[in-house]
Amino acid sequence: MTTFGWPEAYFILRGASWTIALTVIAFVIGGLIGGVFAIMRLSRSKLLRRIAAGYILVIQSIPVLMVLFMSYYGLSAAGIELPPFLAASASLAIYASAYLAEIWRGSIESVPRQQWEASASLALTTPQQYRYIILPQAIRISLPPTVGFLVQLVKNTSIVQVVGFVDLMRAGMLVNNATYQAFQIFTLVGAIYFAICFPLSRLSRHLEKVMNASRSH
Amino acid sequence: MPAVLIENVHKSFGDLEVLKGVSVTVESGQVVALIGRSGSGKSTLLRCINGLEAINSGRIEVAGHVVDQDQKRLRELRKDVGIVFQSYNLFPHLTVGQNIMLSPRITQNVPTAQAEKLAKDVLAQVGLSEKFDSYPDNLSGGQQQRVAIARSLAMQPKVMLFDEVTSALDPELTGEVLLVMEKLAKDGMTMLLVTHEMAFARNVASTTIFMHQGKIWESGASKEVFANPQTPEMLNFVSAGAK
Repeated sequence: MTTFGWPEAYFILRGASWTIALTVIAFVIGGLIGGVFAIMRLSRSKLLRRIAAGYILVIQSIPVLMVLFMSYYGLSAAGIELPPFLAASASLAIYASAYLAEIWRGSIESVPRQQWEASASLALTTPQQYRYIILPQAIRISLPPTVGFLVQLVKNTSIVQVVGFVDLMRAGMLVNNATYQAFQIFTLVGAIYFAICFPLSRLSRHLEKVMNASRSH
Repeated sequence: MPAVLIENVHKSFGDLEVLKGVSVTVESGQVVALIGRSGSGKSTLLRCINGLEAINSGRIEVAGHVVDQDQKRLRELRKDVGIVFQSYNLFPHLTVGQNIMLSPRITQNVPTAQAEKLAKDVLAQVGLSEKFDSYPDNLSGGQQQRVAIARSLAMQPKVMLFDEVTSALDPELTGEVLLVMEKLAKDGMTMLLVTHEMAFARNVASTTIFMHQGKIWESGASKEVFANPQTPEMLNFVSAGAK
């Protein structure tokens, strides 16, 4: 039986780097998809609004674990074999897209209606209104909840272990299986999650304060 | 051709009919005040003129544009028709200068240097040259409203609409805004204004229209209308001080 030492700690740190990589990929791709769905939710076209609302409703109503099972085992049963990393990234991106779409839709909607009217009255097109007037204000509003969601995403990446992907959590479990030094190992794993999430939480809180202070009316 | 032609306009919000067949003609250079109680339809009428509200029937023509809900035609119309709102509606993330230059630059392709000169000109017109780099949050309500007027003027409109532009201001700040509007009127701008400032309507507007229950109840030369109200409703409204 091996004991918990530097090689094991290094193994866990490598797992942590995969956790971060997964989070970044899911956030960036999920953000791009989520941005499109947020705009679709606010479109003039009823069809686009319905499609986006339906997508968000379905994804938010099922466990992200199920999305992962579908994209890994489900697709593999249908003859499409995704590597665990791809299945994990795709599932987390889909999950993130639905939540980010709702956060951003809310942020866009909280820009006062009069800003739309004033910019329309200055002959701006809808894309120009979004680009110059609405999004700059919506992005500021959306920063605190977006960073808050990022913290959730970091922690939720731990589900990818079920398809055999070695993230931070899975690395800790593997080392534990070999050494049975659960206390040391999971203290380290917990500390790493904390080290990633705590600064993000603080950032979110800080942004919220800055936003409130600058929103004098 | 009149600057604004409104013919038998009807407008409802759901079951509530707010405009019941309104017709108004405004000649170029004329200043017309729309007065009346809250809910009489005067603001709605103004918002129909630049297409912010769609009408149900009738016809509106302004500065040579027919108002309908075609987005491209609406944008052409809005380049010629400025509107100033009760709540200023400046863009809070942009400086005063950027607020003013934005539309000329992106909708009329005015080069940056020229847009800057234009912005400084209109700011001087409203007496706020030194505020070019300020953010709206750092201005008083009266200053913000003057910037909003300058922003509309930078589009070089043929007609200006004012929707209760002093109603959100403290009494000591309304004067500076009204002064700017009076100067505009003297310079020959065609103006339609919804207002509760009776003195301003009487003294500056050439024509006053009293609206009541979605209809034009009474209208005529301002001095006449205020001196000799023809209907009990107008008489009540004017004698109540209607502030």
